[in-house]
Amino acid sequence: MELTASLSLVRSEIILSFSALALLLLAAWMDQAGRLISILAVAALGAAAAFTASSLGSGASASAFDGLMVNDAFGNFSKLLIYIAAAVSLTIAPRFLEKAGAMRAEYPVLIVLSCIGMGIMVSATDLISLYIGLELQSLSAYVLASFVRSDGRSAEAGLKYFVLGGLASGMLLFGASLVYGFAGSTSFAAIGLAMDKEVGLGLIFGIVFILSGLAFKISAAPFHMWTPDVYEGAPTPVTAFFASAPKVAAIALLMRIVLEAFGSQVLVWQQIIIAVALMSIIIGAVGAIGQQNLKRLMAYSSINNVGFILIGLATGTEQGIAAMLVYLTIYVAMTLGGFVCLMQLKDKDGTYREEFADIAGLSKTRPALAAAFAIFMFSLAGIPPLFGFWGKLVVFNAAVAAGLLPLAVIGIAASVIGAFYYLKVVKVMYFDDAADVIAESDDKVLVWTGGILAAANSPLGYFAIPVLGVWTAVAAKALF
Amino acid sequence: MNAADMPVLSIMLAIPIVAAALCLFVRAELARPIALGATLANFILGVVLWISYDPAGAQWQFTESAQLFGPIGWKLGIDGISLTLIMLSVFLMPICIGASWNSIQKRVGEYMAAFLLMETLMIGVFAAQDLLLFYIFFEAGLIPMYLIIGIWGGQDRIYASYKFFLYTLLGSVVMLIAMLWMIQFAGTADIPTLLNTDFPVQAQTLLWLAFFASFAVKMPMWPVHTWLPDAHVQAPTAGSVILAGVLLKMGGYGFLRFSLPMFPEASANFIPLVFGLSMVAVVYTSLVALVQQDMKKLIAYSSVAHMAIVTVGLFTFNQQGIEGAIIVMLSHGLVSGALFLCVGVIYDRLHTREISRYGGISVNMPKYALLFMLFTMASVGLPGTSGFVGEFLSLAGAYKVSTWATLIATTGIILGAGYMLYLYRRIAFGPQVNADAAAMQDIDGREMWLLAPIAVVVLWMGVYPETFLAPIRRDVATIVERIERAAPAGDSKLMVVDPTTARFRVAHEPKKDVAEGSH
Repeated sequence: MELTASLSLVRSEIILSFSALALLLLAAWMDQAGRLISILAVAALGAAAAFTASSLGSGASASAFDGLMVNDAFGNFSKLLIYIAAAVSLTIAPRFLEKAGAMRAEYPVLIVLSCIGMGIMVSATDLISLYIGLELQSLSAYVLASFVRSDGRSAEAGLKYFVLGGLASGMLLFGASLVYGFAGSTSFAAIGLAMDKEVGLGLIFGIVFILSGLAFKISAAPFHMWTPDVYEGAPTPVTAFFASAPKVAAIALLMRIVLEAFGSQVLVWQQIIIAVALMSIIIGAVGAIGQQNLKRLMAYSSINNVGFILIGLATGTEQGIAAMLVYLTIYVAMTLGGFVCLMQLKDKDGTYREEFADIAGLSKTRPALAAAFAIFMFSLAGIPPLFGFWGKLVVFNAAVAAGLLPLAVIGIAASVIGAFYYLKVVKVMYFDDAADVIAESDDKVLVWTGGILAAANSPLGYFAIPVLGVWTAVAAKALF
Repeated sequence: MNAADMPVLSIMLAIPIVAAALCLFVRAELARPIALGATLANFILGVVLWISYDPAGAQWQFTESAQLFGPIGWKLGIDGISLTLIMLSVFLMPICIGASWNSIQKRVGEYMAAFLLMETLMIGVFAAQDLLLFYIFFEAGLIPMYLIIGIWGGQDRIYASYKFFLYTLLGSVVMLIAMLWMIQFAGTADIPTLLNTDFPVQAQTLLWLAFFASFAVKMPMWPVHTWLPDAHVQAPTAGSVILAGVLLKMGGYGFLRFSLPMFPEASANFIPLVFGLSMVAVVYTSLVALVQQDMKKLIAYSSVAHMAIVTVGLFTFNQQGIEGAIIVMLSHGLVSGALFLCVGVIYDRLHTREISRYGGISVNMPKYALLFMLFTMASVGLPGTSGFVGEFLSLAGAYKVSTWATLIATTGIILGAGYMLYLYRRIAFGPQVNADAAAMQDIDGREMWLLAPIAVVVLWMGVYPETFLAPIRRDVATIVERIERAAPAGDSKLMVVDPTTARFRVAHEPKKDVAEGSH
């Protein structure tokens, strides 16, 4: 009885687990069926998304497996976002991987496995289940990074990611063991109770290590060094995936552990989050200025954006959490859009291009692509009326409401530095003379995905604000 | 005849957007008439707005309200001040399109789309009644203007476009934080409600500074004006017209709509700052204008000087000063726009803005010389032109507050006469030293159609300013009443009398006049 109830609460993970295994079997028989398996994997993600979406608006919360996991609005919202982002990363990939000779059936299977891990991450309420989810996600990600085996950069990216990710996991585990030792439990709720009274040095150390490990996973400064290298080296569709779904999962996990386990001692972690947020914003902005490679630029952009998202967490309020979820949603749309545009940068021989020099004067040769790219850049910079502005607005609004005025002022002033390099992309595409290296895109899937994401980032996105507001508010409530 | 029948403002916002989308997909020959048609349609709607606006009616007219976007309310509505500035925008837009008819040959569809988008955003700024909606319109203007300068600009266009974008963005983001704080405090983003919210005096100081950062850059005030000469010089002619004509007015509008009525105490405390910066600006930028070799740069610096008179007028806290400031804004919008068009006319012929490359062109271009003379005089502030009315009123208002500021600011008119007449002499008079300049054709029908309407309005505003003062009088009075409690004492010690009956006796019997005037 207890078990069946628990199993029904994790039904989306179960669907994905069975799908992953079935697809793996299928792949064993049909070696060259990468495309078919991709389609089936998208369908499985769609089914899982439908299950989570059905319980999205409700504030109901139920604990599974004796408090190891929870099925609540927060987890469901995050999962929905993760599944959608993963499905998009799957949809845009085939052409690219075929060109690289790597469209093997493992790609969709690994993404689905990673999604299971992420689903566990966002609904974990215990340090043990947290770690299981995190490792399932990470291990799939290491393989994905080096998926194009023949490409040295890809292999290097995978290795770097693996070594540094392993280090981060180690730090997280060390912190978790300290917290367990001093709080006497691995359950978030019990840790929360233990922290109610007083916080000793051991617990603080544990918290610092856990936050450091998670900062690695969300590529927040000062643990961001791996990001540009891995983003540049990994195959572009995989980079798009890294920049979206796992980031959502790790940030959601961070939110849950910080608020449910350490929530009673805001002052202990708030300063860490503030420092990490500001460092990420500034390093993400300044580091991007000199980049010549667009994928590295997007990597710094993601560091920068994580900083803004963390401002919401620094408030430690329900409003701040809702704001983070809004920002995350918009961020996923922006960053996926950016990568979809990058993937359309192919020259006449079909080679993928990713340097600034290649997109010079793009607006003359490929006006629609340039316009879409410009929309994503202005949106990432947070310039109204594009939808990215709304994300920044809600986050800063939460910071102002929580009385963190200096943080808000410094953060928003630093966003102007970021605007500089986003503008540079637009400048190169619109103001420079045409280099004319980019050929017409022959991939209709990319064109359509890019178009839909551009529309979502345009002012049309504002029509989503009411429904997004309700969902994120309900989700944020689940953490308090 | 109001919003209940037809959402005029929403239609005025929608027409350019739809036309802009169309322009992106058609070829150049079609994009031009579409853009002209859309801007003319908006101008006609603007005239309808002007005619049906009731100066004695409700403070906010043509109001619309819809909760489309969650916390951002689609709330529109105008008072007299917004009305005049919207009129200025829709009046200048068809002229801008006309000015670009031949001079823009590359990427015409995108160019027209950017201008039409700009028009929507300008109208939106003046019509928004929701603080966040205002901010969105206010900031969004950066994108099309960045593209206009960067794609169709001159030699150093990239530097100028970056400078324009980052300067104004940095100014504005801090204002956003202040706006969020205000919304938290008041519990609403509704501008009419916020206008009557009393913010704590201490908070006002910070809020005022945050808004000041944005509006001072936009205005632009010395010493954050340096983006303006670059942007003006590099922008295409129509870009300069819209920049000088309307975008700079957003700063003044912001002071008038937000800084003054929302933070009266802080505004009063910062009068020395505003007056100080304005005094420096008037003298300094006028002197800088005097030595310019580039026509557009000269007019750009003169804009900074004129805008300084606007800020002086706005912070006088009295009816005359504020009304004068608004008239200077309108007048400057027309006159500097027209001057940039005049520069554009000869630039199209000779492709240089170097003043010394011209000379004596009144011989071969008499019609042009006449119009150019009119706008030069209007810029100087000759009585009978729009410039005089505004400058006189705002300086008269300033006299009540600070005689020193008035004295210094008034030198701007003398210096203005200096640099403008010097410019005119070098271009239009003197010997015809440059053969190519002497061979230029006089203005054709299209150029006449661009300049003549502005000339008519400039004279109209100079001879019968009541047309333009009537719609704003009551709204300015509302603001003055609102900020009265913080009004500065003033150092000129003027006596208050009833101006209608006691006009000529003020100097002799100041004390008794009030009582006697009531007979």
